[in-house]
Amino acid sequence: METIQTDLNRALMLDGNAAAGILAEIFSVEMTTSLAECAHCGCQGEMGTLLAFTQAPGLVLRCRDCENIVMRIAQAPGVTYLDMQGMAFLRMERALV
Amino acid sequence: MKPSLEWQIATVKAIKPENARVKTFTLALPHWSEHRPGQHYDVRLVAPDGYQAQRSYSIASEPERSGEIDLTVELLEDGEVSSYMHEVLTVGDQIEVRGPIGGYFVWEATMGGPLLLVAGGSGVAPLMSMLRHRAAAGSRIPARLLYSSRTPGHVIYADELERLQNAGDGLEIFHTFTRQAPEGWAGYARRIDNQMLSEVSAPLGKLALTYVCGPTLLVEAVANELVQIGMAPNLIRTERFGPTGDIV
Repeated sequence: METIQTDLNRALMLDGNAAAGILAEIFSVEMTTSLAECAHCGCQGEMGTLLAFTQAPGLVLRCRDCENIVMRIAQAPGVTYLDMQGMAFLRMERALV
Repeated sequence: MKPSLEWQIATVKAIKPENARVKTFTLALPHWSEHRPGQHYDVRLVAPDGYQAQRSYSIASEPERSGEIDLTVELLEDGEVSSYMHEVLTVGDQIEVRGPIGGYFVWEATMGGPLLLVAGGSGVAPLMSMLRHRAAAGSRIPARLLYSSRTPGHVIYADELERLQNAGDGLEIFHTFTRQAPEGWAGYARRIDNQMLSEVSAPLGKLALTYVCGPTLLVEAVANELVQIGMAPNLIRTERFGPTGDIV
């Protein structure tokens, strides 16, 4: 199990709010109020409650309860990589066409 | 629901120093849209070689003010974007932004109350948007702000906060100073703790809508203490600003 190891990482930690821009860019709707279930511990919460780590080459979102990774996002010129293995499901608003 | 978020070119309309390390930037937006208090904008800098730096800054102004926004920005050591904004940006310059963004850390008068706001340092910015909105909307929802600063000189929006409180519409403000309090100060002069939170929150009850914003370690501590004193956990919303130079 991966956990948050150092005090430094703890001080650098942000909320899911900090990922609001990149999530809106990927999903085209506001995502911080979207409900997600952690695949590790089964708890559910709005994406705004996740723990966000933005100081890495990518962006990592962890579960507030068990602190396992629920989503990883990396961007390179022209492309986005999205790893959602840690998420059992995600509920989002439908963008109106 | 708006279509996906677009970058736009904002023009700096005014720059106001708030204290030695904090400035408020008023940005005029060609594609302004009404925000919800607590939301933020992303600011992007692009170097000629394509290198990009991007940060999020909370909106400090109220949504009732159309066409422009205030971003209150603290100068951080090694802060690529904040140091550019503080040291290079001048009135009339242009800067790339996108927003408003976020929906979780948001309060509007229509959500009701009572309202408990807890700020550390420049974390007061999004809470100021809520208080300015509350006043502009003519709301009399009971509200209390507990605001931790190192010294009186570090307090942002000091005069305006006093005016808002003196309006007598149900807002009360409590300062605490962690390094140096004013001469003869009878108020709080220590870091936020359980007892302080209990005293400030008591008249609002355990079901207050609660918003905590500031440096990450302060937000962590306050959020835990609020749960310990019995505030409803699902009504506590946090916005962590990350590390700042100060533990306020």
